[in-house]
Amino acid sequence: MSETLHYHFDVDGASFANAGRASVETKKLLRQLGVPPEVIRSISVAMYEGEINMVIHAHGGDADVYITEDTIIIILKDVGPGIRNVEEAMKEGFSTAPENIRALGFGAGMGLPNMKRYSDEMHIDTKVGVGTTIELWYHLNKH
Amino acid sequence: MAKYTHSVSIDPDKCTGCTTCLRRCPVEAIRIRNNKAVINPLSCIDCGECIRVCKHSAKHASYDKLTDLDYSKHLIALPAPSLFGQFNHMNEADYVIQGLLDMGFSEVYEVAKAAEYVTDLTRIYMNGRQSRDPVISSACPAVVRLIKLRYPTLCEQLVPVLTPYELAGKLAREKAMREHPELSPSDIKTVFISPCPAKVSWAKSVMEGQKVYVDYVTSMNDVYMELLSRMKHDEVPSPEAASEAGIVGLGWATTSGEAASLMNDGYLSADGIDNVIKVLDDLESGTVSDISFVELNACSPGCVGGVLAPTNGYVARVRLHNLRKTGGMVVKPNDIRDVDESIAAGNISDEYTEEEAFTYMPEGAPNMLAMMLAMKKAEALADKLPKKDCGACGSPTCRAFALDVVNGEAKLEDCKIRTEME
Ligand SMILES: Nc1ncnc2c1ncn2[C@@H]1O[C@H](COP(=O)(O)OP(=O)(O)O)[C@@H](O)[C@H]1O
Ligand code: SF4
Ligand code: SF4
Ligand SMILES: [Mg+2]
Repeated sequence: MSETLHYHFDVDGASFANAGRASVETKKLLRQLGVPPEVIRSISVAMYEGEINMVIHAHGGDADVYITEDTIIIILKDVGPGIRNVEEAMKEGFSTAPENIRALGFGAGMGLPNMKRYSDEMHIDTKVGVGTTIELWYHLNKH
Repeated sequence: MAKYTHSVSIDPDKCTGCTTCLRRCPVEAIRIRNNKAVINPLSCIDCGECIRVCKHSAKHASYDKLTDLDYSKHLIALPAPSLFGQFNHMNEADYVIQGLLDMGFSEVYEVAKAAEYVTDLTRIYMNGRQSRDPVISSACPAVVRLIKLRYPTLCEQLVPVLTPYELAGKLAREKAMREHPELSPSDIKTVFISPCPAKVSWAKSVMEGQKVYVDYVTSMNDVYMELLSRMKHDEVPSPEAASEAGIVGLGWATTSGEAASLMNDGYLSADGIDNVIKVLDDLESGTVSDISFVELNACSPGCVGGVLAPTNGYVARVRLHNLRKTGGMVVKPNDIRDVDESIAAGNISDEYTEEEAFTYMPEGAPNMLAMMLAMKKAEALADKLPKKDCGACGSPTCRAFALDVVNGEAKLEDCKIRTEME
């Protein structure tokens, strides 16, 4: 049986100031573990986008990081509005972010595409009115 | 890869084990063991923060003493730009140059002048660059080491140009060889006057096969004391020696000076090691947009705030500002133009590689699985600790303590305030 490390972070939906904290903390842990730098950078990019999405679009949620010797899985779960059309949401530049959020520099519509680009596998499970769960997978052995 | 030689160290006779530095070290390199602070050389970045905060003067930096210099050699002083902000009632940089000559240096080559060349080289480099990721200044060695150890994927964004003092050493030596054919290369010694331990360490840690541009690194404090007694700016109306650096180069002494000198649209500058870390995290997650250049200084407000600089950095900044306003310095555009592509080719540094990336892995943790097991145990242990992060155990946080215990570097009994432990 393989060992699994698990870390949990609350993603505070009420504050932009704390957005990104879970990915910074995760990065520290992965560095300590000796995870390859390129994987850390990818996780840092993808997880940050996921965290920001939870704050902007879903009033926050939970970030869970599972680490085994050969795989890292990041699960970002919220009980927000859900994504109506995933295919559309995945398009570069597509965004439903309101004007006030865009004024802050968010809402460029690059978050989901970048999460896909910066992960080995991305799985989106979403239901309108129920919430969204996104899994980001990283296979360490292929690196 | 040669060993990194640290400038920052601890005087065990003075250290009381008070935990101040323990909690302020930005990379958690310090532990208190047997009531004395010890620094982990693998993770220390020589930022000098622990020297700054120690109330018992137990932390110090090592460097070459002025008495170590061999004055029979052709000694070239390389004053850092920040030196010019150290003096009260001084409106001309020329007094500093004259003072250095009076101290016994054969020549002075201003690092500020080399900084102007670095600005130019950086501009050339940026113009020819394909990537849209911002480039990061490589001038602060504490920041460069932090990037190598903790943000290795950002290494490729570091400007691959020699730092101003290295370039100053190189150009000064070449100039002296040209002007003094009678001297053999070993007769010429370059002496950098440093505001910080980071630059001492950087200069002393020259990697194998790499050229040495700076022979000695002295402390700005020491030089300042010597200069004070020699600089007679009350009596001498105008010294013979003339400063050659312009406002562009002097500006490097304070934060934003380097970035502004590039005359580029989008730049970001930050100082103070904690702020630097925040910016690096953002750079790593790719959230910084519309920025082409990033200047990061471990000290606030820039090198004038280095721990080997005697004057309060904010006071020094005002003085530098006044120095420029009263016209002591003029821009010398022709000097800057001197730099052409051929010099550029010769002054590009290839040090910014990822070689050191994993030196923060604790010994005895040879692979990820072993480290995972250790961290899992540590996590379980940390859950039962008081979570006060008090530092009394000798580790900076309860979490760090837990891992230290698991790694056999600390004993559970070292935690004096644990309550519900079984
Ligand atoms: N966690 C989420 N909950 C609800 N909707 C989301 C979530 N994440 C993304 N979306 C939807 O997908 C769209 C595209 O997301 P993204 O590519 O990150 O762009 P942006 O966040 O800039 O709008 C968002 O505008 C939003 O409508
Ligand atoms: S010099 Fe900086 S990194 Fe090194 S021990 Fe002191 S505070 Fe930590
Ligand atoms: S900011 Fe300047 S003085 Fe401070 S550590 Fe970096 S190079 Fe040295
Ligand atoms: Mg987004």
